[in-house]
Amino acid sequence: METNLNRQIQGSGYGQHYISSGVGYKRRKMANFLLLGLTGVLTLLALIPLFWIIGYVLYKGGAYINLALFTQMPRPMGLTGGGVLHAIEGTLILIVLAAIFSIPPGILAAFYAAYYPNTKLGVALRFGTDVLSGVPSIVIGIFGYAILVKPVGHYSALAGGIAMAMIMLPTIIRTTEEMIKLVPRNLREGALALGSPEWRAALQVTLPAAMNGIITGFILSLARAAGETAPLLFTALGNDRFDLVAMIKTGIQMGKPLPVVLLNIIQQPVDSLPLTLYKYTQQPFPENINQAWAVAFVLLMLVLLTNIATRAWVSRSSKQSRR
Amino acid sequence: MKYFETKFQSGKKSSWMNRLLMHGDRPWMGLIIFMALLTVFLMLAIGYTLVIDSNHAITKFGLDFIKPMATNSWDPVNDKFNAWPFIYGTLITSFVAVLIAVPLSLGIAIFLSEICPISLRNPVGMLVELLAAIPSVVYGLWGIFIFLPQIIYPMGNVLSETLGKLPFLNIILTGPISQSGASRLAAGFILAIMITPTIAAVTRDVFLAIPSSQREASLALGATRWETISRVLLPYGLSGILGAVILGLGRALGETMAVTMVIGNSIEGSLSVLRPGYTMSSIIANEFAEAVSKMHTEVLIEIGLILFVMTLVLNSIARLLVWRVNSKFQQEVRA
Repeated sequence: METNLNRQIQGSGYGQHYISSGVGYKRRKMANFLLLGLTGVLTLLALIPLFWIIGYVLYKGGAYINLALFTQMPRPMGLTGGGVLHAIEGTLILIVLAAIFSIPPGILAAFYAAYYPNTKLGVALRFGTDVLSGVPSIVIGIFGYAILVKPVGHYSALAGGIAMAMIMLPTIIRTTEEMIKLVPRNLREGALALGSPEWRAALQVTLPAAMNGIITGFILSLARAAGETAPLLFTALGNDRFDLVAMIKTGIQMGKPLPVVLLNIIQQPVDSLPLTLYKYTQQPFPENINQAWAVAFVLLMLVLLTNIATRAWVSRSSKQSRR
Repeated sequence: MKYFETKFQSGKKSSWMNRLLMHGDRPWMGLIIFMALLTVFLMLAIGYTLVIDSNHAITKFGLDFIKPMATNSWDPVNDKFNAWPFIYGTLITSFVAVLIAVPLSLGIAIFLSEICPISLRNPVGMLVELLAAIPSVVYGLWGIFIFLPQIIYPMGNVLSETLGKLPFLNIILTGPISQSGASRLAAGFILAIMITPTIAAVTRDVFLAIPSSQREASLALGATRWETISRVLLPYGLSGILGAVILGLGRALGETMAVTMVIGNSIEGSLSVLRPGYTMSSIIANEFAEAVSKMHTEVLIEIGLILFVMTLVLNSIARLLVWRVNSKFQQEVRA
């Protein structure tokens, strides 16, 4: 239909004249074509580093991935062999601590932000989280050092975990808030109308309804935090003699109760994967550099898989709910 | 109301448990208000702690601390400190980063919101966002061993041979670039890659939030699609886009690990982007854990404070700009 009309217009001398005689019509059309194409080219250009990094890390790191990397403690610098078990354990400990210190406060604050967005505190909270998410992670690191390391006198996993929690907190508040807002109002109103108190409506009705999205937010922010290095430099510090199994074993042999053992563990400085990667790149030994690539492989996998899996999950569950 | 309440309670006798279940609202409100306050005060606490812990350095050096000086005077052993080289390093690398990232991310945002087929929008958008998810140490590693020797070193040579010979430009483009490629230019490029997704995502949301009546009106008047974008949509979303760019700038100022790994970490007098340098965050990352004296630590905390204030101001401006866009639109954009 449209092409027909075009042909008609172009066929008649009048139409041709009318449409194409605007000032510099050809030039305008050309510019349109070129500049729109340019945006596509720029998009491709921006994606080159992505594929370059992923490809190279997979190629280079994949070559040095072996079982020892995941199951052995590091050998002294410069010697071949050994693994980064200490860093894997450290990362897990830090992630658990960060989750404990960021998720409960984050959810509660998000409820406030979602239900009372326009009170003075609500505006301050939303603005505060937005600004907090822009605070450089190295500054959070210094803050963590000042309030958690200096008074105690030693570096610890606990300080590192709390510093990581501060990085995660704004993201968690934001995603949870968005998800709570997406839950239909009448669910909550229904619960309230049935006589349920406010807090039960929030925790037993709204929260489960928003759970999918909230968990996605947690996983993504945990994956992000697991790759952070700067806040750990002066809080968790790094510790290549960290041996979780040995600590638990000696703890049990000495007959200490489990909480004491755990408390002892989180008071040790620990290493994490990104911290190890950073330290290994500063070493002159090729063996360390190779292991750094392998660690990069693990980190990248962690990030890519969590991102892709959570997104796939979200799109699947949103399809289901639409049905 | 009464009826429902009695109904709700009727299952159990009125016990303390029941009363708690019915009247848990006060503690609940108290709890969520406490957590909200805690989050707000966290930011204040960071600022307060940094000021207190750098107190002596602030009173001792005053404004001289950030004064531009021609000669390098960073001497931890003799307690002589001047932060200008680091401030300069941060500003110049962030400037290079924004210079590269803005056209790139504008292109991406326009492509994603206006041009690409809707079926491609999500996958491509996701790829761009993945770029932001890569840990910064991985950027650093890739930078040191691949990007610097293969791209930055040849590019730096070309720049110093051509533009570096021109008057004025030779101040910031004096060569030679070091063999490893470690330089402020390298840091700027890596930063550009890292902040592009941030700017692109917010800008795309700004474009998507512009009412389609604006586009339709412009197209109906005979404008081409590019003219619609450049003369209608860009001015309409300008404050939001500006907010996005400032947000990206804030990211660039604070980014630590990747920059520390590629910038070369050396204090020298040269202003050239082709020479290695330091940024504020990289000097902290390098020296904080091994500070030689109390004053050294305090001075590094003061640098952290300056960084904090800079990002705080930039972020506040950015959020206000983006929030202001929201009052114009129906759809919410949040940076």
